[in-house]
This record gives sequence, C-alpha cells and structure tokens, in this order.
Amino acid sequence: MIKINNLSKSFNGKPVLQNINLTIPDGKTMVIVGQSGCGKTVLLRSIIGLMHPDSGSILINNKDITKMSQSELFQVRLDFGMLFQGAALFDSMTVRENVGLALNEHTTLSREQISEKVDERLSMVGLDTIGDKYPSELSGGMKKRVGLARALIMDPKYVLYDEPTTGLDPIMSEQINKLIMDTHSQLDVTSIIVTHDMHSAFTVGDIIAMIVDGRVIFCGTVDEFQSSDHEYVKRFAVLQFGAS
Amino acid sequence: MINHWIGKKILTFFMEVGRLWRLFILLIIATRYLFGRMDLVLKQMRVIGVNSLPLISVVSIFTGAVTAWQAVYQFNGVMPEGMTIDFLGAAVNAAILIELSPVLAGIVIAGRVGASIAAELGTMKVTEQIDALETLAIDPIRYLAGPRFVAGWTMMPVLVIYSNIIAHLGAFVVSKFLIGVSSATFFGSIQRYFSVYNVYSGLIKAFIFGGGTALIGCSIGFNTEGGAEGVGKSTIKAFVFSSAFILIADYILAMILF
Repeated sequence: MIKINNLSKSFNGKPVLQNINLTIPDGKTMVIVGQSGCGKTVLLRSIIGLMHPDSGSILINNKDITKMSQSELFQVRLDFGMLFQGAALFDSMTVRENVGLALNEHTTLSREQISEKVDERLSMVGLDTIGDKYPSELSGGMKKRVGLARALIMDPKYVLYDEPTTGLDPIMSEQINKLIMDTHSQLDVTSIIVTHDMHSAFTVGDIIAMIVDGRVIFCGTVDEFQSSDHEYVKRFAVLQFGAS
Repeated sequence: MINHWIGKKILTFFMEVGRLWRLFILLIIATRYLFGRMDLVLKQMRVIGVNSLPLISVVSIFTGAVTAWQAVYQFNGVMPEGMTIDFLGAAVNAAILIELSPVLAGIVIAGRVGASIAAELGTMKVTEQIDALETLAIDPIRYLAGPRFVAGWTMMPVLVIYSNIIAHLGAFVVSKFLIGVSSATFFGSIQRYFSVYNVYSGLIKAFIFGGGTALIGCSIGFNTEGGAEGVGKSTIKAFVFSSAFILIADYILAMILF
C-alpha cells in the first residue's frame, strides 16, 4: 500500500502541493487528474523519490521513503516501474538494451535469460520485432510501449504512469489504455496514473483523485466521480468530453 | 544593484565549487564499483582517448613544428648561430614535455570531451533519461559519470605521451628540412639535456587536467536545465570552465613542480 500523508512541496516559495493525503490500496489503479501545472507530476515524482517534499511522508509498505538514504531508496525503487511522459528511452541504446538494462544491472541472469525476458516483455506490448532499432527510429506510441516494457522488466509491484496517452492519436491512446489494463490484470500491480485525459481515467481507473492548485479536492471511485456534485469536478469532466 | 549582482555571482561560484567537490567525492567512492564494470570504462576510454587521436595528432604536429621554428627566431640575436642549432632539440623537447603537450592536449580535450560530456549528460537530463535511470534503481553518478571520470583521468596522460611523440616529430621535420639541423644534432641535443622529471611533470599535469575536465563536464551536464537552450549553454560553460581550470591549474602546478 502507498500512503501519502500531509505532503507539501513548493518551488521558489510558490506552493505546488499542499497537504496532500492519499491512500492507494494494493492491486488498485489510482488515476490522478487535474489541469496542467496543478502538481500531478510533482506528486508522482515524489512517490518514487525523484523529488524530495518539503514536509509530509510517503509510506511504501509502511516505510517512509522521504527519510530513506540513497541506497535504501534504490532498494525500494526495485519494486517500482515508471513510464515517463516522453518515454525517456536511452537514445544511445537499442530497444533491447533499453528494456534489458535493469536486468543487466541488478540480476545475475545470463545473457540468454535476459534476452528471453526482454522478448517476453516486448511481445507483451506488441513490439517483438523492433529489438534492434534505436529510439530515434520509433513513433511516439512505440516509444511509450517500449517505455512500458522497460518499466515492467523487473516485475514491479507498483507502476507509475506520467501522462501515458498525451500526444497520441485516439487509436494509439486506446491501445495504451488496454496495455495498462492488461498489465494490471496479468502482473497484479498497483498503478498510479497521472493524466488529464478523462476518457483514459474512466477506462483504466479504480479510484480517481483530482488535484486543483496543489490540493486534493476529490478522491473516490469512478462512479462517485461521475456522479459528484462538486462544481469543479463536473466542469472538468464535461469540458473534457464536450458539453453533453 | 551592482552589489547584489556581484553577491549573486560569488554565491553561484561557490555553489558550483561545492557541487564539484560533492561530485568528486561521490566519484571517488564510485570508482570502487567500477572495477566490476570495466565494460563501461573501456567504452568511455575509447570515446575520450582513441577518438581524440586524430585531433591530438593535428594539434601536436603543428605545435611541434611551430615551436622549432619560433625557437630559432627567438634564439637569433641572443645566442651565437651555432649554439642555436645545438640547443634547438633540447629547447623544443623541454617546451613540449613540460608545457605545450599537456596544456594544448588539455584544451583540445576540454573542447572535444568536456563539452561533449556536458552536452550528452545535459540532453539526458532535460529528456528525463537520468530520472529514468534513477527509477530503474541505477545510480547515474556510478553509471554515467564514474566511467567518464576514470576514462578522463587515465586517458589524458596516454594522450599526452602520444602528443609528445607527434610534437617531437613535427619539430624534427621542420628542424631538419626547413632549418637545416641534422638528425644527429637534433636528437643529440635532446639526449644531452633530457630530464625524466620533465616527462613526469607533464604527465602529472595531464592526469589532473583529464580528471578535472571530465568532472566539470559531468557536473555541468547533471545540472542542465531549460531544454535545448540549456544544453547549448551547458556545452559552452563546460568548455569555458574546463579551459579556465586547465590554465589556472597549470600555473599552480608550475609553482609546485618547478
């Protein structure tokens, strides 16, 4: 379980996250929605320790990562996978090297075993024929799928997605949504997805949290979100799908 | 207003120095881990060392050539003509070993390697590749900076030895074919006044220049911000800082070594 308590973060005196309290139960998919610049990505990056909060705690299985040393944090990160908004593939490496890097660094698996696992993950994201290509030769959707294969290579317990469908066409967005759901069901992971794509949020989410100006203004199930009376929540959902 | 500006610049300078020291200490710790990852180090040794050979060759051969030519010009009127010829090899040898090869090779490496390390790591920083490494529980200092630092440290003395040889070759060709010094006179002069200490001092300089250039490139690369423009700024900054470091360190080392 991931438990976030009173988390606050500011940049140059400007508060970005203010007293965030969230609980993500094991095996669930939480979607964090909100306007661009509301602090969603800062929250996601704080959860994996890429940013250090000013105050508050982030408990991963009851261990506070905000108080951990660098080596303890690296140990916790072995349980995480993260898909970045721009995929963040290592452009000097082939797809196969990108996906297999963590196995190379953290396990004693043989080259053949690593290759087998990489093939398995690439096949899972539907890209089993592009292992020798470089990221610059791939489309945006392919990069995201390779990024997902890389995030899943260590069989993580938690998978974080930063804007997984942003910048993709509707067909590719649908494929990514399906991949997120398949990953969830096949690997039994806990997922946190940051997005402002409400269609994606309703498709893949179990719980939706909405952040406005660094504060959580709503947290509940998809049904609760859709039937919410909160003015901002209603407006956000309606504007996303067009007035209806 | 001016006081504020000066204060800000001084603060920035000390922050940069602090970052460099912190990274230096972390890199020293990281070298222990690199004994098991010679593949990463060898790759960087090829990039920093082998791939710099063509540029070092061009710079060194002309440095040697112009040193011989200028030496004759500067000795004229100061020394009798015969003595100029007798001392040419020794003068060129000392200048190349102590100063020219380490400093010029250092500046070349600052431009070619220091700037490229900053650009490469800076691009990785702004495209979240360094964050991605961290999420994979891979320490970027160990994985990215460590091999570059060790390669810079170890390859620079090798490049300076190579530069010494090529620069002597350039000086010899000019001395023999344009100035008219015989091979026996040129090499005899070098042999008579040769000092191993000159070689060592040049290599000590190279060792420090190489490590410093890689360290500066890594530190600036890791702290890059602001997209493509930020990468451009970091590239220039790495070259300027590395070059300044080499020239200042050269002066300090000259005071210590001679």
